[in-house]
Amino acid sequence: MLRLEKLVKTYKTGDQALKAVEIDVPEGQVLALIGPSGAGKSTLIRCINRLVEPTSGKVYLGDTELTGLSSGALRRERRRMGMIFQEYALVERLSVMENVLSGRLGYVGFWRSFLRRYPQADVDEAFRLLDRVGLAHMADKRADELSGGQRQRVGICRALIQNPALLLVDEPTASLDPKTSRQIMRLICELCKERGLAAIINIHDVALAQMFVQRVIGLRFGAVVYDGPPDGLSPDKLTEIYGEEDWEATIEAVEDEDDAEVAAQ
Amino acid sequence: MPVQERGGQKVWQRRSGRESLWHWVMWLIGVAIFAYCWQQISEATTWFFVYDAPRIANDIWTRATPPRWEYITQLGKPIWDTLNIATLGTIIALILAVPVAFLAARNTTPSALIIRPIALLIIVSTRSINSLIWALLLIAIIGPGVFAGVIAIAIRSIGFCAKLLYEAIEEIDETQVEAITATGASRWQVMAYGIVPQILPAFAGIAVFRWDINIRESTVLGLVGAGGIGLQLSSSLNVLAWPQVSLILLVILAAVVISEWVSAKVRGAII
Repeated sequence: MLRLEKLVKTYKTGDQALKAVEIDVPEGQVLALIGPSGAGKSTLIRCINRLVEPTSGKVYLGDTELTGLSSGALRRERRRMGMIFQEYALVERLSVMENVLSGRLGYVGFWRSFLRRYPQADVDEAFRLLDRVGLAHMADKRADELSGGQRQRVGICRALIQNPALLLVDEPTASLDPKTSRQIMRLICELCKERGLAAIINIHDVALAQMFVQRVIGLRFGAVVYDGPPDGLSPDKLTEIYGEEDWEATIEAVEDEDDAEVAAQ
Repeated sequence: MPVQERGGQKVWQRRSGRESLWHWVMWLIGVAIFAYCWQQISEATTWFFVYDAPRIANDIWTRATPPRWEYITQLGKPIWDTLNIATLGTIIALILAVPVAFLAARNTTPSALIIRPIALLIIVSTRSINSLIWALLLIAIIGPGVFAGVIAIAIRSIGFCAKLLYEAIEEIDETQVEAITATGASRWQVMAYGIVPQILPAFAGIAVFRWDINIRESTVLGLVGAGGIGLQLSSSLNVLAWPQVSLILLVILAAVVISEWVSAKVRGAII
């Protein structure tokens, strides 16, 4: 569904953020991208929807090659890729409803969006999504009145109302407390399953990633060093991705948490 | 080196010996320059007039009080003109300043090499010339009257508003712009959703701030014949009608106080 071929990004400063990355994401797969800060996770995600222009290489979304598209065609393809951000990136001074509806900007014309006259079907869908994430009563609140977890839910709604085929998720839990982090991760994974969406999730927290995804890709210095199931992440592998550290505790913690969750259910 | 070892003890001082000497010398030079300038000014001053000042001021004060209250009937129209000059001038300036600001801001300009310098030139050139001088020029071009005043105020304000606005645009949170771009929005939609909401409070603040300044500036435009209450002020001054002058000053004061109150209210409501 999404295929990256020899994707390279070299910044003007000469830093090579991505070194010939090759990834193939099948339909409906949720994938976690782990790696230390500066490994190129954010750059990779942004190269897919070209918020950052890749230096070379190809990105296929379905049958469409994205790196060579004109700006108009790129806009049409961006509608199929919902993006969720670390700091939520909501427009703070707009209402929750306006923020959700802004996900439809690629589909409505300028004046309609400027005058906030969205098609009723879009508004219905916005209410449905807000209801799904438990924020239906917040529709009229301004985005900056919400808590972190609530804002991220609005961010999720904004991405989903695009009716995307793929979610690009950049550190969705980095600014959230542990409990909210799990709720948000669970929500994202549930929604992907419900809608059959593929997703690439950048995430710092290895344990959290292992808990929720089917596949993990480890990035180090812009190159893929691990690609496999979450339980294949041995201490050796984590050392290869992050560098020397005692990893036993991290892995054990995950197993304990899994047990606890099974017990809770 | 503020940290030194003296007899086995670590001593910390704000400045080392050389630094404090340097500071002392700089202060000495500064004071010497001040004293020299003071002397120069003193030599160039006719002190007779200065010694005379309290008596003259007192004389003008007794002539100017009480104000000629009945003259107020003739001031209604001019002060209304003054308010209109300020308000219309500000509105025109804002309309023109918005595109200039977007062209000048580093993150929204279409071309940093050609268009941005032009926009910056517009900002600098309109800002650097006082509205009184703009009025003098415009009176020569479009004749005396309120219209010249409005245009003078407008031109003078473009640079000011555009400068503050483009600084606000450069300080926006780029991730919100990124998020809107990622939805597949067009350039104009990104502007309307990603940028405009972020700069709206700054815009409103700039608008009332400049309006407030313009009310004060437009009171003097009449001195050169560009309409408003300044016209009455200059004709009263010319015939030495001090009671009228004092009343005009009171009216201007009232207008400024009211405008300040209004702008404070508006700013409070927005932010």
